[in-house]
Amino acid sequence: MANPNDPKPLTFNLGGVEKLSDSIGHCFVVCGEEIAIFRQRDGRIFAVQNRCPHKKGNLSEGISGDGKVMCPLHSHKFDLTSGKGTEGKECLKTYAVRVTGGEILLDFPTASDEEPECCQTSEQHA
Amino acid sequence: MIEKRRQKLVVIGNGMAGARVVEEILKRDPDAFDIVMFGAEPYGNYNRILLSNVLNGSQSAAEIFMNPLSWYWENSITLHAGVKAVSIDRERQMVIGKPMKKDALAYMVSGDAAFEEKTIEESYDRVIIATGSRPFVPPMEGFGGPGTFMFRTIDDCERIADYAKECKKAAVIGGGLLGLEAARGLLTHGVEVTVLEAAPQLMIAQLDAESGQMLKTTMEGMGVKVMLEKITAKIESVGGRITQLVFKDGSTLDTDMVVVSAGIRPIAELATVSGLTVEKAIVVDDQMHTSDPEIFSLGECVQHRGRIYGLVEPIWEMANVLADVITGKNPDSAYLGSKLGTKLKVMGVELASMGETKPSQPSDEVVLYREPGRGIYKKLILRDNRIVGAILLGDIEAAGPLLQMFMSGSKAPDRRSEMLFGDAPSGVSMVQAVTMPDSVQICNCNGVSKKQIVDAIRSGCTSMPKIGACTRAGSGCGSCKGMITQLIEAYRGGDDADPSEHFYVPGVPLEKSELVAQIKKRELRSVSAVFDELAGGKECPASKAGLASLLKSLWPEDYVDERDARFINDRVHANIQKDGTFSVIPRIYGGVTTADELKRIADVAVKYKVPMVKITGGQRIDLLGVKKEDLPDVWKELGMPSGHAYTKSFRTCKSCVGTDFCRYGLGDSIALAQKIERRFQGIESPHKMKLATAGCPRNCSEAYVKDLGAVAIEGGLWEIYIGGAAGGTIRKGDLLCTVKSHDDVLKYMGRFMQYYREHARYLERTYHFVERLGIEEIKKVVMEDSLGICARLDAEIQRAVDAYKDPWKEAELPAYPTQFSGPELAAILEVAESNG
Repeated sequence: MANPNDPKPLTFNLGGVEKLSDSIGHCFVVCGEEIAIFRQRDGRIFAVQNRCPHKKGNLSEGISGDGKVMCPLHSHKFDLTSGKGTEGKECLKTYAVRVTGGEILLDFPTASDEEPECCQTSEQHA
Repeated sequence: MIEKRRQKLVVIGNGMAGARVVEEILKRDPDAFDIVMFGAEPYGNYNRILLSNVLNGSQSAAEIFMNPLSWYWENSITLHAGVKAVSIDRERQMVIGKPMKKDALAYMVSGDAAFEEKTIEESYDRVIIATGSRPFVPPMEGFGGPGTFMFRTIDDCERIADYAKECKKAAVIGGGLLGLEAARGLLTHGVEVTVLEAAPQLMIAQLDAESGQMLKTTMEGMGVKVMLEKITAKIESVGGRITQLVFKDGSTLDTDMVVVSAGIRPIAELATVSGLTVEKAIVVDDQMHTSDPEIFSLGECVQHRGRIYGLVEPIWEMANVLADVITGKNPDSAYLGSKLGTKLKVMGVELASMGETKPSQPSDEVVLYREPGRGIYKKLILRDNRIVGAILLGDIEAAGPLLQMFMSGSKAPDRRSEMLFGDAPSGVSMVQAVTMPDSVQICNCNGVSKKQIVDAIRSGCTSMPKIGACTRAGSGCGSCKGMITQLIEAYRGGDDADPSEHFYVPGVPLEKSELVAQIKKRELRSVSAVFDELAGGKECPASKAGLASLLKSLWPEDYVDERDARFINDRVHANIQKDGTFSVIPRIYGGVTTADELKRIADVAVKYKVPMVKITGGQRIDLLGVKKEDLPDVWKELGMPSGHAYTKSFRTCKSCVGTDFCRYGLGDSIALAQKIERRFQGIESPHKMKLATAGCPRNCSEAYVKDLGAVAIEGGLWEIYIGGAAGGTIRKGDLLCTVKSHDDVLKYMGRFMQYYREHARYLERTYHFVERLGIEEIKKVVMEDSLGICARLDAEIQRAVDAYKDPWKEAELPAYPTQFSGPELAAILEVAESNG
């Protein structure tokens, strides 16, 4: 999957994990992009693009659970791991995120204009 | 290996039967045949059922095409449009056709004069004859001259409409379905229409004498004259213009034009000259073979087991069998005849008819309901406890399940009235498409089953046009659209799409009463605890808000309020708008405000640059376009409590000016509205509750159409109505009780609210709830205490009232750190490490 020629992602420290309440999303702006971060009760943490591809709903304000989020505007649903949506071909960009030493660390790709993974066809773009 | 040569199939007839059978063949095996079609009309295939709409102008000719010419070339079908097949040379295996002259009538027995010189020959391996039928013209003198018409094709519609422009009076010969449709079409062209029927009643094939008489009255009310037992002997003309009709009994009728629509006759002469067996029509067996095994036939031109059919449903069944047999997909497929039942709309009058119209055996049971004032007539004929015939006129809501019962021959329920009115004991209307079996045909025009529609909805067709494009359902007469709408509502994606429709929420496999019992037994006070104990720890996002609402009503004081279970509106106590801003509506008790409040509202609107300030339908003031970050300050500066206009709870109680100023007022509606609102503000419920009080039955505040409404009547009394609606659904509330004081209004309203809170499904409005349970049942529980629970209901609602806290107080102390925060900037300086 990883292209050896791609520049390595930058890792951002988004601050202490205590600002994330159970399963309530929070929106961060990283390099000009809005990213929604969710941490579930079981400790799993997810990062996806914040704006719903349908009508730009703020996903960080959506109800989440079981690795999914529902957009607050029209209830479109997305899988937080793959980014896949339930409506047609909608999908979200996903980001690698983890909690280390009580801090939220997010990997932000420097070559950022690629399509979300789940939208790509089986033939990878060069 | 020798490649198999594709067989060549010639289809004679390009009407509804011909085109349908080709579609069915292509569905089963698109490569089985090279297909050639002959159609005497110079068009693609259209829906003949809708011709009357073309005549009355409600649809254009272009709108009723089912297969436009492009469909033929897309499927590599050679169409000889405007060419009539005249014979089949079975020795040479050749179909012979002749092009029609421009003005020749496609369906008439054609002499050579109707054709161009040329002939067109097509060789064949197999032939399907689908020549259909032609109008029947009873013997009379003078038919065929100027001003006389038949009603069978698009071209006929055009000719009739054209000629009607010059006429004041038109006569329609034939009082059956087609005749009435022609009459309806003519009415729209501004002519005075008289329908002439030879029999003593209208629509003798579908109706009995009494319903025929009711239909006649209805027709006459619409401006169509009806003359029964009139047989036309002669059409008289002077100078090329019709003047009058002369009847057999010697009487006459002045008219300017005549349309004959007195039934149809099979078109079979092609089969006769080709040496096939023809009796009343072309004789076919159960596999749709004619007497020549290579030649098949279907539709109105065939005679099967001695019967001829003139409706569309049997054609669809025959097309299925024929396609099964000819493609070899199922050579044993057999057509066993059709039971005839149909739903129609005649001049806007809905009608369903099936089987026999009159009892024929002494033991036949007849169930009858009539309501002449509203033109409603319902009749069932039962034999051996099974329906053998039914007529529904004026109200055909029960037609779907009745047709189903009739077609399948299933046993009738003991309570016969259920079949007429759908008042099954469960309170669920019998015509709910959702509860019908998958195989039921919903769209009778296009033969589309419930399963096909549901599959389409599940694949994303969630609107009527999409369903039409995908399955054709609803694109015919349109009488099935109501049922399709029900199906879309029931099966479209989103929260309510789950097959687990009886669960209170999709993610916990329990129906509401079981869920409540489990929650109480296990003392589950938080949404996550419910998921842990009852759903294997899976936190279904679509279920959270419903569970939160339920838990709050079960444990008013000690509910563990996990904010992630709330919808955004309930997290920030404002209503999210499409651009992500919020609407703020402060509480204004009973709709009565003060100059001081208005000043503060104005100051806030200026200070926070509120883009729109609007008066709502509930007599409140809405500040639209407030940013999430500004919400706490806006609330503080308003200094008014939350109006709860964003949540599933008690919303508002609006009022009229009542006795304070109004000269008609009978009761103090303002004071009552304010008492109601102060008591019940913010009470959570399965869906929103909108209330009103009216100071007299003039209903200025619309109390009759509210979830709960109180209306003052003479004698110092108040009526309480429940289950009203005036949104997407409109329903007048049902009268729950009449009481003597404001306190009694509060008491019984509260009791009903608590009962609704405990027993309604999540997102079930009161108008559905009241309809589902029935007002009589609710009265028994709430007024007569039939379950002995009234004292408890009163105590529970009091607990909820006591537990009320103004959510806007969270302005002072947010419930969680990021409650009102916007996006947080992650500065580039905070790069922790670079893996580069």
